[in-house]
Amino acid sequence: MNLEINVTEHPDIILVQLSGEIDAYTAPQLKDKLIPLTNRKGVRIEVDLENVNYMDSTGLGVFISALKSSKENGSKITLFNLKDRVQRLFKITGLHQLIDINLDERGVNN
Amino acid sequence: MDTLEFDRTNYKELLKKYIETKDEQSLYGAEQISKSFIKNNILPEEIVNLHIQAMIELYPGKSKEIYSSMNFLLETMISYGLAHQEYQSLREKQLELQSEISVAASMQNTLLATSVPKVDDLDIGVISVPAHQMNGDYHHLVTGKDGTIGIAVADVIGKGIPAALCMSMIKYSLESFSEQSANPKLILENLNRVVERNVETGMFITMFYAQYNPSTSILHYASAGHEPGYYFNAEKNNFEEINAKGLVLGVSSDTKYEQYELTLNKGDMVVLLTDGVTECRNNGKFIESEEVIEVIKNYAHLPAQEAVNQVYKYFERLQEFQLKDDFTLIMMKKNV
Repeated sequence: MNLEINVTEHPDIILVQLSGEIDAYTAPQLKDKLIPLTNRKGVRIEVDLENVNYMDSTGLGVFISALKSSKENGSKITLFNLKDRVQRLFKITGLHQLIDINLDERGVNN
Repeated sequence: MDTLEFDRTNYKELLKKYIETKDEQSLYGAEQISKSFIKNNILPEEIVNLHIQAMIELYPGKSKEIYSSMNFLLETMISYGLAHQEYQSLREKQLELQSEISVAASMQNTLLATSVPKVDDLDIGVISVPAHQMNGDYHHLVTGKDGTIGIAVADVIGKGIPAALCMSMIKYSLESFSEQSANPKLILENLNRVVERNVETGMFITMFYAQYNPSTSILHYASAGHEPGYYFNAEKNNFEEINAKGLVLGVSSDTKYEQYELTLNKGDMVVLLTDGVTECRNNGKFIESEEVIEVIKNYAHLPAQEAVNQVYKYFERLQEFQLKDDFTLIMMKKNV
């Protein structure tokens, strides 16, 4: 299964739409796209996970790296539209307390 | 005459026979020869050359155009020959790597070996199977000086060699902490600092640490973002998830962990696992935790070791014997 990464730049935010699975094979791709965005001071990155049905711990690792990088570089990253299974992963690992996750805005299929 | 030389001569004979009789048997012979050539690293252009020589010897003075075309063919085969040589050397390298990895895997087995402590009132079963050669799951059972049993289950992010390297760090830290007979909360807090200092950003470990005190029948535990296990309450005859909150190890150096406790009564059972169990997929669909509990229930009457073996076999079959992730399951049954 592949991961599709769609980046669109708006005046005040960068929207990153993901579709597919985030695992050991696709995580490096995501990291290569996401980390350079977090290096840009002052930007707000919003990651839409509506079409991500599966994510494993390597995926979490990418978001931790992105979070650290955004803190160091003065950017901001938010995740939204998480499927139940993905949300459960953030909750179990306690990472939902570190990463800004918008829990209200969730996909219709949840 | 060695086999190779024999094949070369035989090639000419078979070719002649085929041209004269169009006999299927000689085509079969050609197939056998080509297998022998491959085994002996004969390159495609050498075979074309062999063909040309055979034709010249068999039918001298035949059409010059045929021979020229053969030379042309020979030239075009050269790149295939190079590709084949590259393939051969990659195969050798791959075999080399494979044997290095299996040496590392057996080192890991020796290094991380842990034995199941004998406890009068607790029947403990353990199984841990890697998806690939090296295991990214870790479990450790230890009897403290005060008679308590320490049980750790951990999952290192990612799989394979990097995960395995990380593991030895956990093992040594854990051994030094459990010597000091600290409680699960302190063990995780100390371990977290070690991990945080020693792993790169984006790498982390999840761990569930439990400590059973046989004199009080109390299980103390804490979790660092680990997949929740299950508690079977014999009196109520139901399974519940063991909920323990806590951040994964290695992300934030000053993380504090909460410690919980559970009194085990006769017939109670505690199941600890890694996400290799709960993230089994059946035909692309994930199994739900109710299904995991159902499977455990089916084998729960067996002695703990036999039960974990059977649960593993069930999930192995479900995934058509192709584990996607490392699989670790620990079962503790209170007998008395």
